[in-house]
Amino acid sequence: MSEEKKKGWKELPIGATLEAGTAKEYKTGDWRNIRPVWNKEKCIQCLRCWIYCPDSSIILKDGKVAGIDLDHCKGCGICSEECPVKPVKAITMVSEKQSK
Amino acid sequence: MRKLLAITGNEAIAYAMKQINPDVVAAYPITPATEIVQIFSQYAADGEVNTEFVAVESEHSAMSATIGASAAGSRAMTATSSQGLALMWEMLYIASALRLPIVMPEVNRSLSAPINIHADHSDTMGARDSGWIQIYCENAQEAYDSLIQAVRIAEECLLPIMVTIDGFIISHAMEGVETFEDKDVQNFIGKYKPAHPLLDINHPITIGAIDFNDYYFEHKRSQIEAMNKVEPVILKIAQEFNKTFGRSYGLFEEYMMQDAETAIVVIGSTAGTAKVAVNNLRKQGKKVGLLRLRVFRPFPAEKLSKALSNLKAVAVLDRSTGLNAYAGPVCTEVASSLYTNSEKKPKILNYIYGLGGRDIFVEDIENVYKDLEKVVKTGRTENLINYIGVRE
Repeated sequence: MSEEKKKGWKELPIGATLEAGTAKEYKTGDWRNIRPVWNKEKCIQCLRCWIYCPDSSIILKDGKVAGIDLDHCKGCGICSEECPVKPVKAITMVSEKQSK
Repeated sequence: MRKLLAITGNEAIAYAMKQINPDVVAAYPITPATEIVQIFSQYAADGEVNTEFVAVESEHSAMSATIGASAAGSRAMTATSSQGLALMWEMLYIASALRLPIVMPEVNRSLSAPINIHADHSDTMGARDSGWIQIYCENAQEAYDSLIQAVRIAEECLLPIMVTIDGFIISHAMEGVETFEDKDVQNFIGKYKPAHPLLDINHPITIGAIDFNDYYFEHKRSQIEAMNKVEPVILKIAQEFNKTFGRSYGLFEEYMMQDAETAIVVIGSTAGTAKVAVNNLRKQGKKVGLLRLRVFRPFPAEKLSKALSNLKAVAVLDRSTGLNAYAGPVCTEVASSLYTNSEKKPKILNYIYGLGGRDIFVEDIENVYKDLEKVVKTGRTENLINYIGVRE
């Protein structure tokens, strides 16, 4: 970000109009305090996490959960909260500090 | 064929809106602007316009829906007054920053408290720095003519515009208004081609995205430049209007200014009263003039100060008060522009008048000219700020 040459006001589009889909380029995952950890073995593929995730951060492959998009996940924990697997959930939340 | 109609200011505006035939009107009623959208909603219900009329639950929603409609790529309008404009406040800035050419008639009314429904300019003066073009009209004819021009101005500059009349004094008074044929109005405003319509699904866009300290300033700077370019557009479209319909408008109107030694600067319907005072004093041989400011945003500083620089003394009449500002809003801008644009600096008096619809009479204005005469004679101004018609 800091190395990129920023545009002057004459080069900006009128009314701050941008091309669509810019949120994808804007990585917001570093706002996260706790991160979801997905356990493939425990997962029953009910897709509740995918339905509930407010940031579309559950990655699906061929209709099945394949991982978590940590570039955009903000660590809200809804996926883990909604995971019905017992006694230990297929998605558990761990602190960012611990995971490093 | 042109028709001379006996209609009120509100009716003239509603009729112009009918002839403009916008794609979307979203509005909420408020005295004294209610009739504009009430009459217009009847046009919509009767199928006389193709407009999608959206009755919303507040003015905040009215401006929000109008912004949405305009961003989608439609010609969108609304109308309001006073508290309604105040409730639109945060959305006004969004409309102008997104560069949406929304046209909004505004009926000038005081702001609460105390609750009052009558004319003064506190409402739109409060919105003077919101990035909207502002045109203040003297009468119903000018409101009709200005609204038609406003569509072109907004769409060429990609900026929103408000066209105002004084509450009740103009909004509810019946005058003869010369109206044009629908097709002539349509020909004049032309077909609207939006620059970046949201509904163009082949070219998807993002609008209203977040802008941190790395870009916000640049976006504001480009918005300032958009405003800087408005003045010649207003003059160009006024000239075209004059050629097509035969009535001439400018950034301001000069009345008996050529050899004037003293003058009044005024906005809105009071100019009509002031012209009578000028006529009376001219008959007595007094060299008095009048400058009626029509376009307040963008403020025509250079041209205005040139028009005033040869005077010995000027009185600026403000129908609103800055409360603890240096003077009323019109006076501060007139004085600042003279200070920076002109070597010659006439003496300046400010008169606050007409708050909450308090009437102003020919005699009141003649007295202002008498004060100016005294200032010229003595070379001294006793008070910068004076009041007309308030009981001590």
